[in-house]
Amino acid sequence: MDNFEPVIVAFCCHYCAYTAADMAGSKRLHYPANVKIIRVPCTGKVSAIHMMEALRKGADGVYVAGCLEGDCHFRSGNTRATKRVAYVKKLLDEIGIGGDRVEMFTMSAGMGEVFARTASDFTEKIRRLGPNPARVAMDNPGCAAG
Amino acid sequence: MITAERKPMEDLIKFVSPYRRILLVGCNECVTVCSAGGRKEVALLSSALQMHFMKEGKPFEIKEMTLERQCDPEYVEELVPYIDQVDAVLSMSCGCGVQEIARRFKEKPVLPAVNTKFMGASERQGVWAERCVGCGDCGLARTAGICPIARCSKQLLNGPCGGSTRGKCEVDPDIDCAWQLIWDRLKALGMTDKYEENLPAKDWRPARGAGPRKIVREDLAS
Repeated sequence: MDNFEPVIVAFCCHYCAYTAADMAGSKRLHYPANVKIIRVPCTGKVSAIHMMEALRKGADGVYVAGCLEGDCHFRSGNTRATKRVAYVKKLLDEIGIGGDRVEMFTMSAGMGEVFARTASDFTEKIRRLGPNPARVAMDNPGCAAG
Repeated sequence: MITAERKPMEDLIKFVSPYRRILLVGCNECVTVCSAGGRKEVALLSSALQMHFMKEGKPFEIKEMTLERQCDPEYVEELVPYIDQVDAVLSMSCGCGVQEIARRFKEKPVLPAVNTKFMGASERQGVWAERCVGCGDCGLARTAGICPIARCSKQLLNGPCGGSTRGKCEVDPDIDCAWQLIWDRLKALGMTDKYEENLPAKDWRPARGAGPRKIVREDLAS
């Protein structure tokens, strides 16, 4: 547990969070290498199944990062994503994995600092939560993850 | 369409817990349209169940399939090559599909993954509302195309009750008073004289009062 390095999957909108990540890079801002970014054309494209499968296949945390409220390039993709994240949170609570492992964030393309801070904060939060209980059991067959 | 809602995960986990290998079967018809049991929902439920049992450290295998229709024997037949490889079937279709699988595969436990709700229509994205109870004797010609059997909480046939307030039902202010809707539409159509016709007590035999129903089309039946 002491050496636990969480695997985080971040679904980032091409028009905001992905560009913000670029901005963070240009500004030489550090953010944890734990965060694996998947660029999506809009967070509205991220279905519940994408978040669930990321966790099932071993991620410890997943977040979706979209445009600021009212700024979606496709008008309402980010509000749809927010609702889907809420749905997945509930589902994860129901199956005992815990809804805290998924989150929705919003930012603009110019918010490199916010991107870096969000990545760091979320990684720390997942580090505190510990490994994905499904992954623990998978890595240690025969040993249930309580 | 026939509408449905996924059962709580707690129930589904309890259903499948005794088994190791599950065939999770969706349906491409009504339950796909109401986002309860189509290909997407099958994938999501499969992912959730796998994750739950991974967490529990319990061996669990799940095979996903989505049939064109679960209520027709020719499509249910597509499960034949897989049925012997599983301990039970979890069906995401309405009750008709679950029963069709149970009829075809007598040796195999079949479990429902959704609660079948009602025959309804989409009011907007993600919202479905009851429109028909299948009473077997459609009276929509007399009620301006709005069904008081399906949409009035009391199934009244001759105008609203005293609980109708500002067009809403006393049962729930989110429910439109069906008779208000009927009256408004009769007025718009210039057919208010229809409202004067007294409808006699309904014969419920075609509805289900005479037991389970069946349609036999002699010209089609084999």
